[in-house]
Amino acid sequence: MTEENPSTRADAPEPPGPPVLTLHDVHVRYGGSHILQGVSFDVPATGVTALLGRNGVGKTTTLRSIMGLAPRTGRILLQGNEIQAQRTARIVRGGIGYVPEDREVFGGLTVDENLRLVDPDHGVDAPVVARLFPDLVTRRGQRAGTLSGGQQQMVSLARVLLRENALLLIDEPTKGLAPKLVTEVADVLAEVALTTPILLVEQNLPLVRRIADRVVVLDAGVVVHRGAAADLVGDADLTRELLGVSMRREGAA
Amino acid sequence: MSDLVLLLVTGVGLGALYFIAASGLSLIYGLMGVLNFAHGVFMTAGAYAAWLTMGALPGTWPMAGRLVIGVLVAVAVGAVVGLVVEVLLIRPLYRHHIQQVLVTVGLSLAGVAAAQGIWGADPRSVDKPAWMSGTTELLGARLPNDRFVYLLVALGLFAGLLALLHLTRLGLVIRAGVENRTMVEALGIDVHRTFTVVFALGGAAAGLAGVLHSQYAGAVSPAQGGSLLIFAFIVVVIGGMGSLTGTAVAAVVVGLVQQLANYYAASGVGDLSVVLLLALVLLLRPTSLKGATA
Amino acid sequence: MTSPTDHLAHTHTPSVTDADGDLATAARTAPGQERRPRGRRLLRALPAVIGLAVLAYLPYLPVELPGVLPGRVNAPGSMQLLATCLVIGGIALSYDVLFGRTGLLSFGHALFVAAGSYLLTISLSTWALPLPLAVLVALVLSTALALVVGGIALRVGGIAFAMVTLAFAQAASIIVMRNPGGVTGGEEGRPLDRDAVPDLLVGVANAPYRYWLALAFLVLAWVVVTLLVRSRAGHAMAAVRENEQRAAVLGFGTYRVKLLAVVVGSFLGALGGVVHALVLGGSNPHLTTSEFTLSLLVMVVLGGAGHRWGAVIGGVLYTYADARLVEVSNAAWLENLPDVVGQVLSQPLFILGSFFVVVVYFAPSGLTGLGGRLIRRSGTR
Repeated sequence: MTEENPSTRADAPEPPGPPVLTLHDVHVRYGGSHILQGVSFDVPATGVTALLGRNGVGKTTTLRSIMGLAPRTGRILLQGNEIQAQRTARIVRGGIGYVPEDREVFGGLTVDENLRLVDPDHGVDAPVVARLFPDLVTRRGQRAGTLSGGQQQMVSLARVLLRENALLLIDEPTKGLAPKLVTEVADVLAEVALTTPILLVEQNLPLVRRIADRVVVLDAGVVVHRGAAADLVGDADLTRELLGVSMRREGAA
Repeated sequence: MSDLVLLLVTGVGLGALYFIAASGLSLIYGLMGVLNFAHGVFMTAGAYAAWLTMGALPGTWPMAGRLVIGVLVAVAVGAVVGLVVEVLLIRPLYRHHIQQVLVTVGLSLAGVAAAQGIWGADPRSVDKPAWMSGTTELLGARLPNDRFVYLLVALGLFAGLLALLHLTRLGLVIRAGVENRTMVEALGIDVHRTFTVVFALGGAAAGLAGVLHSQYAGAVSPAQGGSLLIFAFIVVVIGGMGSLTGTAVAAVVVGLVQQLANYYAASGVGDLSVVLLLALVLLLRPTSLKGATA
Repeated sequence: MTSPTDHLAHTHTPSVTDADGDLATAARTAPGQERRPRGRRLLRALPAVIGLAVLAYLPYLPVELPGVLPGRVNAPGSMQLLATCLVIGGIALSYDVLFGRTGLLSFGHALFVAAGSYLLTISLSTWALPLPLAVLVALVLSTALALVVGGIALRVGGIAFAMVTLAFAQAASIIVMRNPGGVTGGEEGRPLDRDAVPDLLVGVANAPYRYWLALAFLVLAWVVVTLLVRSRAGHAMAAVRENEQRAAVLGFGTYRVKLLAVVVGSFLGALGGVVHALVLGGSNPHLTTSEFTLSLLVMVVLGGAGHRWGAVIGGVLYTYADARLVEVSNAAWLENLPDVVGQVLSQPLFILGSFFVVVVYFAPSGLTGLGGRLIRRSGTR
């Protein structure tokens, strides 16, 4: 499906079976600027695929275009079905769960209400919440706006897990979190990834090394690299070339 | 003392009218980001619907009964008009807020003109139940009875809307949508259906406001909705653009300021003092006006 | 029905942001002006010059245009109608500085037009000032008012700005209607003091002079807007219109840019109000109403926001239609229709309002945008 990009360094060890998501020549233009300039890649049906790149290369826009939150052209297929013309709510019900950058919890609503938006019958009482986010159960009546960043991230994650998902899109879940919380979030992601494929945007390279199987690297609105996560993260020169020095320093911290 | 009581009651009564007019506007703006200029036409539609209904009902019926039926018809007409406008005109322009405003501007111009063409530009007097034209003596003041009616209706509407917002699934979606409607959609909820319901609800409240305002003014006229709309706008801005409680507080404050200024300064100063109040609020706390929660 | 991508597929590009290639044109012409051959520049200006010459010549044209104008072209009635159209066209152009150029949805522009008009008539009559001084007073005070109102209203953005400007304009409308101290004349309006203005501007026979005055105002407004659009400030306004956040990041003081737009637009609007009072022989409270502001918005969108021709054509056509559509109510074919339909169609504002909704839907860049798409000739801009 995807065209081979000349600058692709290594072929990823693609798992067998059809991809869960395919982007084919996706473009996004916003008020005169051309942000995605023909992005094509597959997301395999298992494990974690990390979407990497310097700031401003279009990682978040890629996720938003998949969700129908950015005006896009091109083809996007979820399990073989075209979804590029569908409305956001339809895409979500079709099986893509979306955890946006900056969490976007409803600050004026309680934790329980945030969850009941997705699962009106159970909310915070759903089994998955008790299993993965016990802290939220005790804070069910608290307004989400008064939670810490880490707790808000848990609400944002729990919200999408209340639905059956074919794929999760998760945008910088550890941004601005303390190291201990980063580990907690990573644990949750690793566990979720056992059952649901994840397309993850993440700046934290050690985290990528820990949970990601494959990487897709964007630069200036196009895919410049696809491959195994270990190959990229293990190769300092390649990391520097693709992600920039500052990234590496950040990743090493 | 009795003057003050009179002013307070009439001020709160006026504020009640403003709240009824502004509540739908605030809800629609808060959830959808649509500044609905056609809200005035919705109010006018409600007022004329009630006036026509009351005229068509047999005169032997008690006045209050005819008014109640008129109100019910006005509410229904408002809801239907709101529904139709949302589905036909607003929804296709989803995410084009400026165009949505422009369409409602066009509607407001065309709607007022249509009413003018059919019923003439001059006010037509409406019947009022005798009791509502009377007064009640309280703390030495002779208080006009109709203000109590407006106040009761406004309280009922406020309580009803609060219950809707906090006790129902629809209300939960609305409250979430007021905060961040994109994210509501991104959780797989069809926010468009909610938009339609809210527009119909806003239309119903506008119809109610229209008929009560025509009772207040003693007449219906094509331009009536437009003049109430401006005060409703001011109330919505002062109340924090989309907050129901804020709208209620602002409505009462605006009504009181207007009545007090009209009495203690000079007739006509009330309207101006309301605009001054708006300027003051903008200067003192502009950040609170960028949208708020219900 | 409405996929989020519909802004790509559909024609519904927001009229404020899609305003045009005019920005691009301006950017191209500004630095490269000297290098362009002189002949081509003259050629580009030719349609405008010819149009201006034709307009200036109209008072000498004793031709009947049945159905188009009430009498001969140079008859006083026609001249008065055309003069009003031109003034309103210029006022619409002044509003476009805010709406089309800077993306400010103001519902209070009528305030400044009315301020210019009323301050002129009041200066002449109540304060007994000579005409030049009265014009100066009207312009200075109106601009100062714009500075204050704009300064406050711009503390909020977007839709709230629209509501706040509306409220201020409404306050002015209330003041005018209350007729404090008898200076505004209430519902009657304030007539122009005929003794205080030159004889050339007074009387039925002198309608052509008022027509030329209106034309001169329109040309002046045109020149000012052209210069503004090509200036650094004009580019900053376009940047704010396209994307306010980005403009702020690029280092434009967006508040000051927007305030400048409000002040310049209001200055031109006030000048339009002054000319309006001179042309129509007084100040009319209709100028203060929110309906007038809304009609300015309708004109600009009808013609095409962010295009100089668009605002002017919209203003002229709207005013013309508003005046002439009344004729429709007497038309014979209406009598065959049911009463209600006839009554509704006899209202010019009903037709204009409905037509406006249609334009917003099907020609979001306005009539000039539509025409431009058909012609595709940048030279006529």
